[in-house]
Amino acid sequence: MALDSEKKQVFKVVGTRPARPDGIDKVTGRAMYGADATAPGMLVGRILRSPHAHAIIRSIDTSAAEALKGVKAVVTSADFGAPEDESIRDVQDNCMARGKALYHGHAVAAVAANSAVVASQALKLIKVDYQILPHVTDVDEAMRPGAPVVQADRAFENVAAGFSENVTSQCEFGHGDLEAGFAKADKVIERSFTTAATHQGYIEPHACLASMTPDGKGDLWCCTQGQFHVRTVCAEIMGMDASQLRVTASEIGGGFGGKTTVFIEPVALALSRKSGRPVKIVMTRDEVFKATGPTVSSSMDVKIGMTKDGRITAAQARLRYQAGAFPSETVTYGAQSAFAAYDLKAVETIGWNVLTNRPKEAAYRAPGAPMAIYAVESVVDELCQELSLDPLDVRLKNAADKGTKSSYGPTFEAIGLRATLEAAKAHPHYTAPLGVNQGRGLSCGFWFNFGGNTCVSLNINTDGTVGITEGNPDIGGSRASISQMAAEELGIPYEKVRTIIADTNSLGYNDVTDGSRVTFSVGLATIEAARNAIKVMCGRVAKIWGIDEDAVIWEDGCAKPSGPNAGSFDPMSIEEIAAISANTGGPIAGHFEVNADGAGVSFGVHLADVEVDPETGATKVVRYTVFQDAGKAVHPDYVEGQMQGGAVQGIGWALNEEYIYGKNGLLQNPGFLDYRIPVASDLPDIETVILEIPNPGHPYGVRGVGETPIVPPLAALSNAVSRAIGRRMFELPMSPPKLLKAMSQKR
Amino acid sequence: MKNLHISTTVNGDQTEFVCAPDETLLDVLRNRLGLTGAKEGCGTGDCGACSVTLNGRLVCACLVLGAEADGAEIGTVEGLATGDHLHPLQSNFIEHAALQCGVCTPGILVAAKALLEKNPNPTDTEIRYWLAGNLCRCTGYDKIIKAVQIAAAEMRNA
Repeated sequence: MALDSEKKQVFKVVGTRPARPDGIDKVTGRAMYGADATAPGMLVGRILRSPHAHAIIRSIDTSAAEALKGVKAVVTSADFGAPEDESIRDVQDNCMARGKALYHGHAVAAVAANSAVVASQALKLIKVDYQILPHVTDVDEAMRPGAPVVQADRAFENVAAGFSENVTSQCEFGHGDLEAGFAKADKVIERSFTTAATHQGYIEPHACLASMTPDGKGDLWCCTQGQFHVRTVCAEIMGMDASQLRVTASEIGGGFGGKTTVFIEPVALALSRKSGRPVKIVMTRDEVFKATGPTVSSSMDVKIGMTKDGRITAAQARLRYQAGAFPSETVTYGAQSAFAAYDLKAVETIGWNVLTNRPKEAAYRAPGAPMAIYAVESVVDELCQELSLDPLDVRLKNAADKGTKSSYGPTFEAIGLRATLEAAKAHPHYTAPLGVNQGRGLSCGFWFNFGGNTCVSLNINTDGTVGITEGNPDIGGSRASISQMAAEELGIPYEKVRTIIADTNSLGYNDVTDGSRVTFSVGLATIEAARNAIKVMCGRVAKIWGIDEDAVIWEDGCAKPSGPNAGSFDPMSIEEIAAISANTGGPIAGHFEVNADGAGVSFGVHLADVEVDPETGATKVVRYTVFQDAGKAVHPDYVEGQMQGGAVQGIGWALNEEYIYGKNGLLQNPGFLDYRIPVASDLPDIETVILEIPNPGHPYGVRGVGETPIVPPLAALSNAVSRAIGRRMFELPMSPPKLLKAMSQKR
Repeated sequence: MKNLHISTTVNGDQTEFVCAPDETLLDVLRNRLGLTGAKEGCGTGDCGACSVTLNGRLVCACLVLGAEADGAEIGTVEGLATGDHLHPLQSNFIEHAALQCGVCTPGILVAAKALLEKNPNPTDTEIRYWLAGNLCRCTGYDKIIKAVQIAAAEMRNA
C-alpha cells in the first residue's frame, strides 16, 4: 500500500470528542441488541448440554421431545453435514457434539418450541445414552503421556516427542546464541508461572434470530463482531451459497474477542430450516460460561539473564497453553509477543497448544499475549529487585525501538515504547509515596495490531451530506471515529456524516472486528474512499469550469482552482456540487477495498499501586495509571475508554477471575456471583496518558488501541503485590486465599 | 397454571397485561410490553442490567415476578427522558463517554437516578458502592462515575 510520505499534522475534526451517533439509542433503551429482535411466528430455541466432562454419545432418543405438543423441531449432530474445512468442522462440532461430548456444557441436541416453557420441558424428554470417559482439564496433566486423549490424530508432525496426543502444535521463535548470552549475565533467574482461564465476560449473552425459508434463503440477526465471518461459517455448515444467507449484526453488548465465532447461529438456522419458522436462541449466563469464550489457561517457564547494570543478555520462555477441546493458534501469539518489548541479542520462545476437556477457547483481547508477558515482566521485576535496579530504567535500557529486530522476527518501524516508558518515569505517580502494606508494580504491554480485508462505501447525498456504509460492528465507538475521519478528509463538519454498519448483502467482505483493526483499517479505507469521492467531485467541477481536472483542488469542503494559472472561479462547495450531480454525471460516491497492511504495533506501560490486607489477603488497587501510544487518537475519549476498560479486565484477571473445575471435570463457577469480575467499588480512577507516535502505515498515523491495555495489568499487579507482601507470586489470580497462604509461608 | 391479569403503571402510564404466575417482571417488560431497554445479562440478580424501580425502590427485574407489579408503579429506562428532553444522566453519559457497548447502560442509568433521588450530592465512593451491583465490562467504570458526578451537580444547580 502506498504510504503517505508526509503525515498529516494539523487536524480539525480528528482529535476532537464529538457525541457518538449511537449514544441516544443506548441511553434511552432504543438500541436493538441480539435478544431484542422478534419475527412473526417466532419459536424459542433451547440447547441441551452435556452434564459430563468427557463422554461418548452412544445414542440420542428425541422421540418423546418431538411428540410434545408445541415442539416444532429437534436437531442433533445428525442434522448437520460434514464440512471439508477442518476449522469450520471444529466450529460445527463445537456448536453440536458429534460422537463425543468433549466438555461440561457441550451442546448435544436442541429444540424449537412455541414457548420457552415447552422448550425447557422438551429438553428434559431427550434421552442421551452417555459412556463416561476419563477427563483432563489441567494443561500440565494433559501433556503427559498416558493422559486421557481429548481428540486423537490432531497433532502436527513438528511436535517434539515425549508428549501425549493432546499436544497439537508447537511453535518456536527467536534468534542469537542463548548459551553465550546466559554466560555473560551476572544474574540468571528462571521461574515457573500459571494463569487461570478467564472469560471475556461481555454483559450481553449470545443471541440470534434465524429465519430459513423452504426455497433455501436465510436471514440471520445476531450479536457478533463479524457478520461476514458468521455468514462464511454458517453458509458452509448449512450447505448454502453465501448470497442466500444475509447476516445482520445487531448492536453488540460487548465482545472482547468472544463474539468472533459462532456458538448458536448454526443451531438456530438448522432448527428454523426444520421447523419452517423463525427461531430465536438466547443463551443463559450459565451457558455463556460453560460453552463459550474463555481464554486459555497457561503454565509457563521463563529464564532471563541480566548484567549488574541492567542489560538483558539472554531470554528464554516455554509456554504451555490449553485452549480447550479443539486445536488453537493462540499460543503462537503468546510466543511471538512474550519478549516484544525488549531489544535482545539472544532470545528463544517455544510454545505448545494442548487439548483439554474444556470449552473451545475463543479470542480474548490480545489473545495469548497477557499471560506470556506476565511471566516475562515478573522475572524482569525480580531481577530488578535482586540487582537493586530501577524497573523503569531497566526497561528503558533494554527497550525495543525503531530498527530493533523483534524477538519474533520483523524489524520494528517507528514505535512508541520508549516514549511511554519516559512518560511513566516523568509522571508523579511513579515517585508518589506508598503507605503501609502497599506496593508499586509496573509492566510493559504489547500487541501486534492487524489490518485485513476492508470495504467501505461513501456516498455523497444530493444535499451534500455524507453516508458511509462499512462492515464492522462497532464495539468501541468506531462509528464516531470513522465519521470523524471522513469529515476531516472531506473538510465538512462531523454532524454532516452518518456511518452505518451494513448487512452481508450490502457490502463486500470485511474481516471480523478484531486485532484492534477497525479504526486503523476501516479508517484508512474511509479516507481513501473520501479521496476517491473528492476526485470525482473535482472532475465534475473541472468540466463545469472547462479546465483540466488536475487544476482543481479540494480544500475546506470546496473545489477550488489550484492557483491563478488555473483561472478565476468561485469555489464550489460540496453542497453545490451534490445539488447538481444529476446534471453532471449522476450520483457521486467513493469506494475503497483493501487487504490492509501497515497496522503499527502498539506498546503501553501500566503503573499500579496496591494495598494487601494482611488479615484477609484481599488486594485493593489504590492507584492506577495507563500510558499508551495511540499513533493518533481519533476520538481521545474512546481511546481512554479502551485503555481504562482493558486495564480493568486485566485487573480482574490478576486478582479474582478464574475458571474453577472440580475433580469431576465440571465447571464450578458458571455465574457472575462466583466468577467475580471487577465492580465499581473495587476500583480507583484509572488515569490515562495518551502518547501519539504516528504509525507510518496510516494516512493520519492511527494505531489500533483496543487490545494492548489488557496486557500489562497482570504483571503490574503481580509485581505490586509481590513487593507489597515481600514475597514473589507466581500464580494468577492472586485471590485472597492464595495471598494469605503466601504471607503465612513468609512468617 | 392459569395466567394472571395484572393492572399496573409503567413509566406513568396505566398498563395491563397477562402473565404466568412464575414469569419474571423482566420477561413481562421485554416480551409482553415491548420494553426491551432492560436487559437480561444473568437472570440471577448479579449483573444489574435489568435494573428498574418498583414503587420507587431499585430492583433487578429478573428477581421480581410480573404478578408483583399489580397495583405498583414501575420505572424503566424508557421513562427517563421527558419527551425529546434527555434526563441529565442520559445527556452526560453521552457527553462524557460513559458508555461503550451500552448494554449495561439502561440498568446503570436507572440505578444512578435512584441514587441521586436519595442522595443528590454523593461522594465518588458512595457512587461506586451504589453501582457495585451493576456490572460494566467495557469502561472500567471511571467515566461512569465522573458522568454521574457531573449529572448530579447539574441537577443540584437546576
